[in-house]
Amino acid sequence: MSALADRARSPWFSRGLATAVLLGAAVLPFFFDSGGPFIEDLTVALAYVVMALGLNIVVGFAGLLDLGYVAFFAIGAYTIGWFGSGFFSAAGGGEGIHFGVSAVAAQLPGIHLNFLIVLVIAVVVTAVAGMLIGLPTLRLRGDYIAIVTLAFGEIIGRVAINGDELGVGAYKLTNGRQGITPVDKIDLPGLAPFTSLELRPWYWTALAMVVVVLVVNIRLRDSRLGRAWVAIREDEVAAVSMGVPLVRTKLLAYATGAAFGGISGAFLGSFLNTVNADQFAFSFSIFILAMVILGGLGSVWGVVVGAISLSFINTLLIPDVLNPIPRQLGLEFDLTQLSFGIFGFLLVIMMVLRPEGLIPSRRRQIELREGEAAEETVLEARA
Amino acid sequence: MEAASVPARRPAASILDRIRGVLGRIGLPILLLALPVAFGVNDLITEGDLSRLGNNLVDGLSNGAIWALVALGYTLVYGIIELINFAHGEVFMIGSFVAFGFAGTLGLTLATGPLGLVAGLLVTLLVCMIASGALNVMIERVAYRPLRDAPKLTALVAAVGFSFILQNVGILWLGGSQRGIPDLIGSQAVLFDAFGVTVSRGDVLAVAATVPLVALLTAFVSRSRMGRAMRATAQDPEAARLMGINVDTTIAVTFLLGGLLAGAAGLIYALYQTTIWFFQGFLAGLIAFTAAVMGGIGNLRGAVLGGLIIGCIQQISDNRVEVLGPEWTPAVVFAYLVLIMVLKPQGLLGEETREAG
Repeated sequence: MSALADRARSPWFSRGLATAVLLGAAVLPFFFDSGGPFIEDLTVALAYVVMALGLNIVVGFAGLLDLGYVAFFAIGAYTIGWFGSGFFSAAGGGEGIHFGVSAVAAQLPGIHLNFLIVLVIAVVVTAVAGMLIGLPTLRLRGDYIAIVTLAFGEIIGRVAINGDELGVGAYKLTNGRQGITPVDKIDLPGLAPFTSLELRPWYWTALAMVVVVLVVNIRLRDSRLGRAWVAIREDEVAAVSMGVPLVRTKLLAYATGAAFGGISGAFLGSFLNTVNADQFAFSFSIFILAMVILGGLGSVWGVVVGAISLSFINTLLIPDVLNPIPRQLGLEFDLTQLSFGIFGFLLVIMMVLRPEGLIPSRRRQIELREGEAAEETVLEARA
Repeated sequence: MEAASVPARRPAASILDRIRGVLGRIGLPILLLALPVAFGVNDLITEGDLSRLGNNLVDGLSNGAIWALVALGYTLVYGIIELINFAHGEVFMIGSFVAFGFAGTLGLTLATGPLGLVAGLLVTLLVCMIASGALNVMIERVAYRPLRDAPKLTALVAAVGFSFILQNVGILWLGGSQRGIPDLIGSQAVLFDAFGVTVSRGDVLAVAATVPLVALLTAFVSRSRMGRAMRATAQDPEAARLMGINVDTTIAVTFLLGGLLAGAAGLIYALYQTTIWFFQGFLAGLIAFTAAVMGGIGNLRGAVLGGLIIGCIQQISDNRVEVLGPEWTPAVVFAYLVLIMVLKPQGLLGEETREAG
């Protein structure tokens, strides 16, 4: 056990493992049908990884429990809904506004910007939104932060639902529960525009986003800023007296975490081909939070594993594998309705039995197990 | 805390601090009066009297009485272990479901005579209270007690998990859509009417059931031996333990009390609204939590006051379809929650707590 742990601690071992995993992930789609549901599930799972890594910065690194992360998914998705669809059909005098898009999209009314520009806008807008939401929580601690972020998430969800009543002239804010659809497909320079029949390019784009976000996450964690986050998580008063600028550090955590959510939201808006207010419910925030907690708060690789496993529990295990079981037992209910009950159960079980998650960050584990050290040795001796 | 985070390096900071100080003292009352005053003036101009606002406030107070009962559960639990019992709204929802199920078992229908109805509802009230109380104690035992020494976030996440589990219990029980229940008390029937303000049976029921419950609770907490143990544990669990108080039992009793009130609120809500569904607890929980925070969390009188105020705000927002309407009400309530947190985290009657200070 300890020999394996020692080897896992060596940087070359973990770097090698990471490279192998990523290479494996890159060739994976060749083994599956490019238009098939499995690639679709994989792509969505990768988008969730990006979001979970973003939330991990806020909750895992900086210890600010954010229960309204869905707000950034919503804002990111609306960015592509606004700037990459026919939604603002009156824009540019009905001709539309186009920039860097394919010849087909250039004929359509509405605002159509290249996906990369949309990404940049999404990052900026969500980062600003993250800071704005973070501002009122600066004086608060613990549970109160959770409630304020939750309230913001719900307010943004409400605005998304009722946004079809808000607007100026021919422009509405959102399309409410009807959703903005169709949304422009990703159109990267030098590549043919993506289609909904060929899903491999989507997958690789998502994978590339995951890699970028992973690198950013790891570099941030090991940076001065990352250490400041961990310091305020562990003891805010001590961190401040050691000279950590509290306001800036916290706001940067909110902004970075939010920006990742925005990237993923813009991607999902394009991939799912709709930006619908029903997507932005409180339960989604919990879904992402459950990924972070399942994997291990603050642990980058743990969060990746947590996000992929929960995503697959949601898209494969519950609907396809577990769902027929109640019927076989003669019970009349649809298990997919209960997926959030299953997540809730996972959360409780995880918290009670293994609060540090599947692949805990070492520091976090020490923190959580501080008081239980004695008990732990007894258990180990018995095992 | 503030001095440490914002170093006083500019003279502007002192002006900002003074503004913040003034806002802290009077900001919250101004905020709370904004909606009623604005709509009251609007009514006076457009209709010439205040009967519409009056009706909103009557409905709001009776609705708020229900929120007050739920908010008491939040404030009791937060007062003693500083945990936002996220599953509390769902305990309230289960109370409503038990009311629906048990009233059906008793055979209470619209045809039941008044005497049978009163007796049946009293029994149902007891059953709902006991069911929700037991559920709340069970949650504490299973999910919160093992985590009492762990970081707070852990218990809060477990609470969120439990709230999802209970919502799904609700889905399994009565399905995923709203369920109408027989209007046993005729809650819309007008009892009396004064100056264009009508008071319905539902309004009277909500207030008549809430007042004795709150009085009993206050008496219990301030007079009884166990109530004293609760207050001692809230102040300092370690010292309370040293004084021979069984802290585990005391905390369990606190959860029991919160659950009993939530169960009662569940029955009253079911009779008052005549529709129940699995998701009612989520919004009710957040509204009630807002109420508890508004009054000053940990403060019993504050929770009741906050419940009544939030009830009024919610009714006003629900009723003003031309500006806000029910679909905006959650956003209005949440905006209030955020503004309270910014202006005065300790609430109207509360003391500075460690969390919010």
